[in-house]
Amino acid sequence: MSDTRTLDIDLETSAVAADAGGRQAAAARGRALTSLLLRNGAVAALVIVIVLGLILVPTFGSADNFRNVALAASFLAIISAGMTFVIISGGIDLSVGSTYALAVILSAQYSIDGSAAAILVPLGACAFVGLVQGLVISYFKMPAFIVTLAGLGGIRGLVFFITDEGNSVPKVPGHKSFETLGTGALGTVGTPVWIALIVFALGWFLLNRTAFGQNIQAIGGNTPAAELMGLPVKRATTLVYVISGLCAAVAGILTTAQSGGGQEARIGDSYELQAIAAVVIGGTLLAGGVGSILGSLAGITLLFVIQNLIVQGANLNSYVQQAVSGAFLLVVVVVQAILSRRAAPPGV
Amino acid sequence: MTTTQSVPVTEAPDDPRWQALLGVRGGRWGDWVRQRGVYVALILLVLFNVAATPNFATVETMQLLAVQTSVVIMVSLGMALVIGTGGVDLSVGAIMAITAAVTAKAYTPDGYGVPIGIAIVLAIVVATLVGAFNGTVVAAAGVQPIVATLAMLVGGRGLALMITGGALVEMFPPFFGTVRESKHLGLPDIFWLAVALAAVASVLLRRTAFGYRLLAIGGNLQASRLAGLPVPRTLITVYALSGLLSGIAGVISTARIRAADPSYVGLGIELTAITAVVIGGTLLSGGQVRILGTVAGAVLIQLLENTLVSQGARDSIARIIEAMIIIAAVLLQRPWRSAS
Repeated sequence: MSDTRTLDIDLETSAVAADAGGRQAAAARGRALTSLLLRNGAVAALVIVIVLGLILVPTFGSADNFRNVALAASFLAIISAGMTFVIISGGIDLSVGSTYALAVILSAQYSIDGSAAAILVPLGACAFVGLVQGLVISYFKMPAFIVTLAGLGGIRGLVFFITDEGNSVPKVPGHKSFETLGTGALGTVGTPVWIALIVFALGWFLLNRTAFGQNIQAIGGNTPAAELMGLPVKRATTLVYVISGLCAAVAGILTTAQSGGGQEARIGDSYELQAIAAVVIGGTLLAGGVGSILGSLAGITLLFVIQNLIVQGANLNSYVQQAVSGAFLLVVVVVQAILSRRAAPPGV
Repeated sequence: MTTTQSVPVTEAPDDPRWQALLGVRGGRWGDWVRQRGVYVALILLVLFNVAATPNFATVETMQLLAVQTSVVIMVSLGMALVIGTGGVDLSVGAIMAITAAVTAKAYTPDGYGVPIGIAIVLAIVVATLVGAFNGTVVAAAGVQPIVATLAMLVGGRGLALMITGGALVEMFPPFFGTVRESKHLGLPDIFWLAVALAAVASVLLRRTAFGYRLLAIGGNLQASRLAGLPVPRTLITVYALSGLLSGIAGVISTARIRAADPSYVGLGIELTAITAVVIGGTLLSGGQVRILGTVAGAVLIQLLENTLVSQGARDSIARIIEAMIIIAAVLLQRPWRSAS
């Protein structure tokens, strides 16, 4: 009980701090874990959920279970990292699920030409897909929602075209060295988890320590102002979608490396919604300008921990799990919204 | 049906490079094409079909198209109202599933065994309440619409499956036959219902204080609050209306297939509806809604799908072409839209 109470207080303060953190974005960054806990509602929620899980569900606390959750979450986590960049820049990328599927299929298909091809072809293809969408969005000034919605449909169509309407899904022939990326482990933790952590570390650096990161925050905050300041708005906006495509590619290559191919052509369906949910739960505003990539990591972990708790905690039908996940997600976002609103000054 | 919109629109200065690219030099004709790209695309597609699809210009084909389109039109109307407030409703498909499940639960002898009329009313009331709940989460708790309705998208279909015990439930009330079969002026009544709902939505937007409040909130939320508009009440009503329309669509889908199928009814319709609204010329940023454009957008999407099927295109190719046409339709309208 006492644990929960202290954490509740943390949650209260966190919202206040989160707002201040948004304002003095640069100053507030890069502090210790305690500060992150205070600033970010998703991290606080994650800690609460994990503590509750440890108390209520006996099987939840095993190291094996944590490893499994981390491994299962790592693919969508990488996609969410890319999505964070897009959303901070004020856009949205609905095509990530289809782009991920494209990478999964291409990686398996080209693995016949060796491990390098299995990695480089999907990376190139997904970067290209992101580049095309980014160019259309930034140079034609079309709404990102529509362009990437068309991407969602069109790229999925491409995946079905490559796989003969989903009837022939490629498999990795024999053993290829790139498969250790998916099946290997460093220590006892699977390689995909480490790669996800590297992606987030790189993402954090790019977002918070480079001019490019500052640019996209400025663009997301106020595009006309960013243009007037002479920032390379079009180039930065385009790059953001390339990053998102590359992240989807990495997740897709890891999936093929782990499974040896043979994935259905409809893999990654609705991943875009999960990635967006993770980013928003992580405290990034859909309006753009303000966001935290580590929050997205907490957000996606939260989604998978909740799912894991529901599976472990009760023997439920898949559709009951679905209903409970929805209800849980709702509770989390409502609590978060109310807390951050209470923290906001009156009149806003 | 006079649903042409005269709502004030923020017009962006036309970009001459665009006009050069599109081969139009501004002026009335260029504006007209750009503001009504969806109608132009629709007419071109109809002409193409008349020329290239055998048996296209027949009563049967038109009736089928009208039935297929009606459900999308209804859902898109609700979506258009929500988008007008600057929000989005991802839960429409899940609400259709809940409606189907409630209808089955209320009507079948294994459930409550009430008459079909009462079952349908009950289901639509539940759908409206789910919508109102979405609206409350958005308006009272201040959750971003895309996330609030995403939670309902995830949880709602699970809830619907819980209601039916995870199964498809077949139902054969005579009223479902009437819904499917009855026609006036050669077109199915389902279609006339969709048209009537579009007319009501248009009047609601253009002739009532509620409509102006809705657009004001979408145009500038802060200003609407400061002006003392009842923002929460209006938002809750808008999401409830979207739920209501999804509910009606859910009942009609159930009547058409003679079964409540909570796993698949309305699956993915949220993206189709958003596409219909946007290619119909409504801005995603809110503050402006085109009802007739939305209806045309819904017809365009369905006709496009039918055309690709009748031309024997592979499903994968059809998806790619659809994506390109969505881009093209919005691209045509682009210079008219304000930068958001």
